[in-house]
Amino acid sequence: MPTDPIISLRGVTKVYGSGPTAFQALKGVDLDIARGDFVAVMGPSGSGKSTTMNILGCLDVPSAGSFLFKGHHVETLDRDQRALLRRKYLGFVFQGFNLLSRTTALENVELPLLYRGEDRKTRQEQGMAALDKVGLKPWWDHTPAELSGGQQQRVAIARAIVTQPDVLLADEPTGNLDSERSVEIMELLTDLNKNSGITVLMVTHEPEMAAFARTIVTFKDGLVEGIRKGEGN
Amino acid sequence: MLGTTITLAFRAIMRHKLRSFLTTLGIIIGVAAVVTMVTLGNGATAAVREQISSLGANILQLRPGQGFGRGGGGPRPPNFKPQDVTAIENQLTGVRAVAPQAQTSATAIYEGSNWSTTVNGTTAAFFEAQQWKLDSGRLFMPEEEEAGKAVCIIGNTVRQNLFRNIDPVGKQFRIKGVSCQVIGVLTTRGQGGFQDQDDTVVMPIKFVQRRFTGDRDISMILVAVDDAYETSAVQASLEQLMRERRKIKEGDQDNFNVFDTKQISDTLTGTTTILTQIVAAVAAISLLVGGIGIMNIMLVSVTERTREIGIRLAIGAVASEVLMQFLVEAIVLSCLGGLIGLFLALIASIAIAPLMQVPFIFDVRVNLIAFLFSAAIGVVFGYFPARRAAALNPIDALRHE
Repeated sequence: MPTDPIISLRGVTKVYGSGPTAFQALKGVDLDIARGDFVAVMGPSGSGKSTTMNILGCLDVPSAGSFLFKGHHVETLDRDQRALLRRKYLGFVFQGFNLLSRTTALENVELPLLYRGEDRKTRQEQGMAALDKVGLKPWWDHTPAELSGGQQQRVAIARAIVTQPDVLLADEPTGNLDSERSVEIMELLTDLNKNSGITVLMVTHEPEMAAFARTIVTFKDGLVEGIRKGEGN
Repeated sequence: MLGTTITLAFRAIMRHKLRSFLTTLGIIIGVAAVVTMVTLGNGATAAVREQISSLGANILQLRPGQGFGRGGGGPRPPNFKPQDVTAIENQLTGVRAVAPQAQTSATAIYEGSNWSTTVNGTTAAFFEAQQWKLDSGRLFMPEEEEAGKAVCIIGNTVRQNLFRNIDPVGKQFRIKGVSCQVIGVLTTRGQGGFQDQDDTVVMPIKFVQRRFTGDRDISMILVAVDDAYETSAVQASLEQLMRERRKIKEGDQDNFNVFDTKQISDTLTGTTTILTQIVAAVAAISLLVGGIGIMNIMLVSVTERTREIGIRLAIGAVASEVLMQFLVEAIVLSCLGGLIGLFLALIASIAIAPLMQVPFIFDVRVNLIAFLFSAAIGVVFGYFPARRAAALNPIDALRHE
């Protein structure tokens, strides 16, 4: 069992706005996530789970507290430094897939490699390999409009893993899919977690999906309410 | 990295072909207009220069009076005398030929046809000075000049209107009631300066003075400068000589003027150049409008592609990369527009130049400047939208619908 924490939040707060209209989204979150874990983050809307995910994804910074990612204090990094961190270590999967329209699956998957400055040949090889991993190799030249929702989410996952990130952040990855496709996506994430050693952080509000995770973190009112083991292993 | 950015820009442009075309249309039209105007303007300038040089190179025109627009009042300054011509011939160095001129207008009649034209009384030196050639016939003989015989050399316009298809050499026609024999026909010169140079009848000056003007006055003296001498130096000594001959006191103004044909040429080409610049400036405004068009569409594009920008930022694009992407997109668009504009200008210039009767002159410099200018427009008007894109917050951008 992995024990080494790749992510460590200590006393993280997040306040939106200021003065009397200020809203405290996080009220002091402490959370450790072990390398290689598969974590499902749950909680009602407004509980702070999305804010936490934004901070964990280095898209946002805490108002106070510390966020250690692989030993780096992310809260001290500036915008571009966090972007480089994302580029190097993180992969994102969103509820709404967020693929570039009118762009082939392969081009979508290649995108992170482009920002890494990989050459065309490497991009194509690694892009195709990632598409192969999600079972969409034959669909490489299809645009999102020509793919089903499940397929689009697979392309998005391929894009997230093409750089072989340490952490994959998934924000309600099955939210727009029917239960059959959802299970397929969850199986894919489980497989990536198990066989590629990617730490997976997933926000979901469906207990059936959370069940795939090894650890389930529940948020309530800007605080971690509980941590329990899931059914995944 | 720049190569990748350009690849991205091309992908983005090709993804929206029609919109890209419409975006850059302003640049296309602007560049095409400016380059066409300048190309045609340069052609017009060249045409004017060509016409003026047909007036004769290195020729000084000596006239009484103070030149254009000066010395309105007072008695009319005297014309020149035959002695002035002799004095110039004998006392001035660097002179190739000196020809007196006495002009009058007259109606020429031959059988049923009549034609109003200008009679030019001069000597054979006139042809040498102006370097006018004959199509057929011969020049005046010295004895014909001396005696002021009724012979003439006619321009092509006169020949066509009076004689039509008949060979006029040797024919007699009447001019101002006097009979005159055609001894030669001038080679066609075309439009020179402001008038048709072929609409003329050249006769010995003594004949014109005796029969038409009734005095021995010379209204203009042409002085052709030898190529080996500076025109300005000859002009200075000519002015000095005339001041002496016309007894003008020190400090008084000349009552004659010397016109350098090169000066006229410079003045006129200067005018067409200024006109070209004005028209080009007007056309350049459309380039500016084109640039604003690009900015407008790029701003719309940034808003429309907010989510795309969010994706790129989430994936790990740094702000400067997003800025570069949109900036390069604007530059590529405006450069493409510039190229298309240059191509259209080329076609338009080649098509229009013959209609305007000006030569088509391809000016590499103008094309290059126009292209660089369109690229600069991409930079200037692409920067603001690009900066806006780069400043987006990834979370908000991803949530954008």
